[in-house]
Amino acid sequence: MTAIGGDRLRTKRRSLKNESAIHFLYILPFLILLAIFAYLPLYGWIYAFFDYKPPIPLSKSPFVGFKWFASLVETQVKIDQLIQVIKNTFGISGLMLMFSWLPMIFAIFLNEIRAVRFRKAVQTLTTLPNFISWVLVYSIAFAMFTSEGMVNGLLRQLGAIDSPILFLQDSSHVWLTMWMWITWKSLGWSAIMYIAAITSIDESLYEAAYVDGATRMQVIWHVTLPSLLPTYFVLLVLQVANFLNNGLEQYFVFQNAFNKEYIQVLDLYVYNLAIGGGSYSVSVAISMMKSLISVALLFSVNQLSKWLRGEGVV
Amino acid sequence: MTALRRSTDVTDIIITILTYVLFSAFTFICVYPFYYIIINTISANDISARGEVIFWPKQVHFQNYIDIFKVPGLWNALMISISRTVLGTTLTVGASAFLGYMFTKDKIWMRKFWYRFTIITMFFNAGIIPWYLTMKTLGLTNNFLAYILPTIVAPFYIILVKTFVESTPKELQQAATIDGAGTLMIFWRIMLPICKPILATVAIFSAVDQWNAFQDTLLLVTDSNLYSLQFILYNYIKQASSLSTLVNLQNAGSTAIASLATEQTTTSIRMTVTIIVVAPIMFVYPIFQRFFVKGIMIGAVKG
Repeated sequence: MTAIGGDRLRTKRRSLKNESAIHFLYILPFLILLAIFAYLPLYGWIYAFFDYKPPIPLSKSPFVGFKWFASLVETQVKIDQLIQVIKNTFGISGLMLMFSWLPMIFAIFLNEIRAVRFRKAVQTLTTLPNFISWVLVYSIAFAMFTSEGMVNGLLRQLGAIDSPILFLQDSSHVWLTMWMWITWKSLGWSAIMYIAAITSIDESLYEAAYVDGATRMQVIWHVTLPSLLPTYFVLLVLQVANFLNNGLEQYFVFQNAFNKEYIQVLDLYVYNLAIGGGSYSVSVAISMMKSLISVALLFSVNQLSKWLRGEGVV
Repeated sequence: MTALRRSTDVTDIIITILTYVLFSAFTFICVYPFYYIIINTISANDISARGEVIFWPKQVHFQNYIDIFKVPGLWNALMISISRTVLGTTLTVGASAFLGYMFTKDKIWMRKFWYRFTIITMFFNAGIIPWYLTMKTLGLTNNFLAYILPTIVAPFYIILVKTFVESTPKELQQAATIDGAGTLMIFWRIMLPICKPILATVAIFSAVDQWNAFQDTLLLVTDSNLYSLQFILYNYIKQASSLSTLVNLQNAGSTAIASLATEQTTTSIRMTVTIIVVAPIMFVYPIFQRFFVKGIMIGAVKG
């Protein structure tokens, strides 16, 4: 009896082991893809330590150690340029952080609207821009704001201006305009998460508040807002973790000779250095530091969230 | 919930009016640019080029939508964009479905580790230039596969599917196992049909991403045969004047007599291409809006 039982158990264990190996083989091709496209580029950081000048391959490039990292702060001109780029990154990301509560307010007040049709229409139509690419956003910006564009056309018809205003070449409010385009594109969409959170708030809280004679603003302030704060906090933490990652596309399409100084965020700077200027190694050095700082930021804010709320967000 | 109260409070009324005004204004700002471009593409091109078509179309014609395909490279770019969207979306959906399902299984060698190995890639990034150099080393520059291969394994979509699979009754899989169905059979016959709603969400997200992709063409492609529609549009914005001359020359050679109203201008070319690029999104979005919303909600719960 026992012998047979043990035998059966052993076969079962062996088949379990087999099964687990087979399952692993099923997912292996996908893991390899991931290794190639997500992990292998990390190996590309090695370019930061060589004097790489295409078309000479890396294997024939001389090893230079931390030369490129040091070169970033070599001369006053380079320091100034890097500082300007960091300022731009901080300026735009800072604006985003400062107004990170906008989607929440959008959702709260949209929820206060009683006309269901109107509310649904607003929700649908304001989320549309989120799904178009930055190239399309630029095309729209071009259509609206060039010298022959709609805004200048309207101003001319009204007799407000004689010569067109060159909005897109303007270098004085670049951070603000970039922030405005981001907001135009994503405000409606970002609000959806809060709208969903509002629908899950316990109805009895509202009833209690009204029984106590609270006004609408008081209800918003004491019931709706506190219920949304955890969601806000999670999103804020993720936003802080992404502080240095503005992305390339938006700034690439909007950049021109006039606004270049103020639009170059880190991601664009890295691109311009490598593709525009051929300084691959320096560009990789900056990329590398940026990625490391971003990961460090993510861990720190996650840790902070663990202390403050007892749970992380990642 | 607010309907409970019938308030005549003055501040209340002011707030109500203010919310209606602000939401109307913002909605208008979101929609008007699309409307503006559409009415300009169907208005007389000379009027449109002067920026005088603002509220409604003037001297309506549809010549622009015929002429636009005479612009060299546009057909080809359209085909590239469609192929990458169809192929990329199919593979991404398939891979996300399979991996999302597989990661719910206990019986995978080092499952926890591989799951983390997959998910953690959402939170770091080597940077675009190291990525570009790697792709170059792999021979994926000027290669159509560069549009497809990197997008196949997408951690966020895998989380979406996994969350969904975990919410389905375990008994289904158990019953199928007793009937002798293997892992792949269960995936194909049971999981795929059950997961349809979430896979639709993944498909929509992934298709929009593919259609909108610009950066990969910018970095990896110099061969104009592989340009996507987004990239072509970007080029047109930067150099539309030479293109309008080209189309006009072609038209002058044919029997069609180009009047000022239908003669191509930089504005007409740019705007017509814009509408062609944005049309699929505008068409698809209202129909599939609920899928988008579902995606962001599940992502929010889990992410």
